[in-house]
Amino acid sequence: MIASLVVVLPFAGAVLGLLLSRYPHGRSPAEDLVANKRAAWFGVVPTALSTALIGWLAWEDTPSTSVLTKIDTGGIAITVGLEVAELSVLTAMLVGVVALAVQVYSVGYMRGESRYPSFSAFISLFTSAMLLVVFAADLLVLYVGWEIMGLCSYLLVGHWWEERANSRAAIKAFLVTRLGDVGFLFGIFVLGFAAGSFRIADIMAADIPDSTLVLATLLLLAGVAGKSAQVPLHTWLPDAMAGPTPISALIHAATMVAAGIFVVARLYVLFPQPTLDVLGVAAAIGMLGAALAAFAQNDLKRVLAYSTISQLAYMAAALAGGARDAAVFHLVTHGAFKALLFLCAGAVIHHVGSNLLGHMGGLRRSTPVTFWTMTIGYAALIGLPPASGFFSKDAILYGLERSSSPIQLLLYGSALLTVGVTGAYATRAWLMTFFGTGKIQALPEPAPGTAHVFDGREAPLSMLWPMGVLAVPALLLGFTDAGEFHLAPAVTALVVALLGAAFVYVIWRGAPERDPARLLGAFRDPCEQVFYVDRLYAAVFVRPVLALARGVVRADDHVVDGAVRSTGRATVGLSGLVRHLQNGNAQLYVTGVLAGVLLIAVGAVVLG
Amino acid sequence: MHVVYPAVVAALLFSIGVYGVLARRNTILVLMSVELMLNAVNLNLVAFDVWLRDVLHSGQVLTLFVIVIAAAEVGIGLAIVLAVFRTRKAIELDRLRELGEP
Repeated sequence: MIASLVVVLPFAGAVLGLLLSRYPHGRSPAEDLVANKRAAWFGVVPTALSTALIGWLAWEDTPSTSVLTKIDTGGIAITVGLEVAELSVLTAMLVGVVALAVQVYSVGYMRGESRYPSFSAFISLFTSAMLLVVFAADLLVLYVGWEIMGLCSYLLVGHWWEERANSRAAIKAFLVTRLGDVGFLFGIFVLGFAAGSFRIADIMAADIPDSTLVLATLLLLAGVAGKSAQVPLHTWLPDAMAGPTPISALIHAATMVAAGIFVVARLYVLFPQPTLDVLGVAAAIGMLGAALAAFAQNDLKRVLAYSTISQLAYMAAALAGGARDAAVFHLVTHGAFKALLFLCAGAVIHHVGSNLLGHMGGLRRSTPVTFWTMTIGYAALIGLPPASGFFSKDAILYGLERSSSPIQLLLYGSALLTVGVTGAYATRAWLMTFFGTGKIQALPEPAPGTAHVFDGREAPLSMLWPMGVLAVPALLLGFTDAGEFHLAPAVTALVVALLGAAFVYVIWRGAPERDPARLLGAFRDPCEQVFYVDRLYAAVFVRPVLALARGVVRADDHVVDGAVRSTGRATVGLSGLVRHLQNGNAQLYVTGVLAGVLLIAVGAVVLG
Repeated sequence: MHVVYPAVVAALLFSIGVYGVLARRNTILVLMSVELMLNAVNLNLVAFDVWLRDVLHSGQVLTLFVIVIAAAEVGIGLAIVLAVFRTRKAIELDRLRELGEP
């Protein structure tokens, strides 16, 4: 009952925000201001209420299921219902808090933006969809939320669609995730038909043969890889950074991309070993590759995007290694600290007026609040005690160490290496942003798609507050699960991470104005280009498809349309011949009639 | 009398009518040719009515009917010819081609 309120409230906020923000319609700057103010209320209040209700659910802590209606489809019925369980409340809490922080943050970030009402309404719609995914008791209901999230991601990435690159990034994100979602949908069908029900509880209780399970979960895995940006469907996430930074924080760091991991955790009992091994191999490749790519990027948001891919792969590796609880724990802490990092990055970008690390430097003094909150975020990302990431990474490493998975060695080795590289790239980004000499130049009036330039001040309070609030869980969330703490893997991880960080620090110290990424040497270019995966996809998939599309267009133009057009031309030409017969002489016509009658008569006699 | 004689005469009359309709240029002569064709048919009707010994004499009845229609037709036809002559000073069929395709 409360769960349905939790889901419906942001949805109502979205509807109200879209319909009433600009009522009565007007386009003058003053009316824009009124509309933005109203839209801000429509965005913030329902999300806050919803978050409070989730808090209540967490307080009550009683699993419950409520069914609104059962849709008879003629085949397997669809149960429209919500299920409250520990995992869903935990994830919903994360979603609610991050969504609230982002809503408040974007009030400041999008100030004066004429399309802010639709922006905040889409965030609300997204929040509602994500909560639906989290609480869904039926796989098809989950899928509905899953697709609405994809739609919102598309709309919000393309928020500044005036720039062609942004709308292209939005389309890329949409198409790549859709590719995975096809698999996801069929996975749901296979599971549903095997179990005779789409209800998650029924499916988990059903006795499904192993081969069917492998097939179904592999199909589900395609959707998970698409949504969670896992190898090989990860290419959309870095490009999706074209969207406004609050969106990157909410959708592309904390919540939507975590939905894939959430679904695997939710249906964990269904995943047989072969599927988990596939997931593990993809995760092992993804986490190290993405971390290396993050090290070589020059765009702050792209660094964080690759870091997100790497950390999501971490969770996937934990799932593959059998450490489900550790994965969920890391999902929550990562959601908190990565959202914080993105919000801080937004403040930095707001301040500098550029995304590029090369344009930043020395921001420690001019933006102290951003500096400290972002430092907490980086500490959590690297896994320094006492930040939350320290505990969750420790849990994952411990789980991987004890894992009985056949690819345990690969997972553990990759995870440990990634810890080191994570330390390196986080330190690099931190140093290049906040230390060294300031390189802020007066930039020309920014094009749509870049943030506004502020002159040497901190971001407005509405942006600083959410950062401060998110810094608390990023710092302290780890202690909620500190009872599960294991010293040995923690020390190992800490040493490796500090090694990576120290390495970068020494390099940076030698020449603060130069990019520490040069330590990769000849390996730097492949890392910056993300091992040419994008180029490979362009060569193998994009270009052939485009060529095929052009061929289809040509065939349509010349064959199909050509047939139609030449039919018309032939008719006109023939009628041009025939019209000469119509010369106005009635006797000629009668002759024709007579000839016809004679022909018919002769025909009737001969053939009859 | 054998039915062949009137039938042959009717066929000849009809052929003359067809020739007149197709070949004559004068509209009045074309109308007259049409009358010839109608009368060929009338001859046939009467001849076969007798030949088949029709009790109801439907052939003869139909002949009377055709004669009436032919009279009406000639009336209208001549009126049209008159109207055409008044406006165009000509009744040659092959010169009346305003409805032809250019």
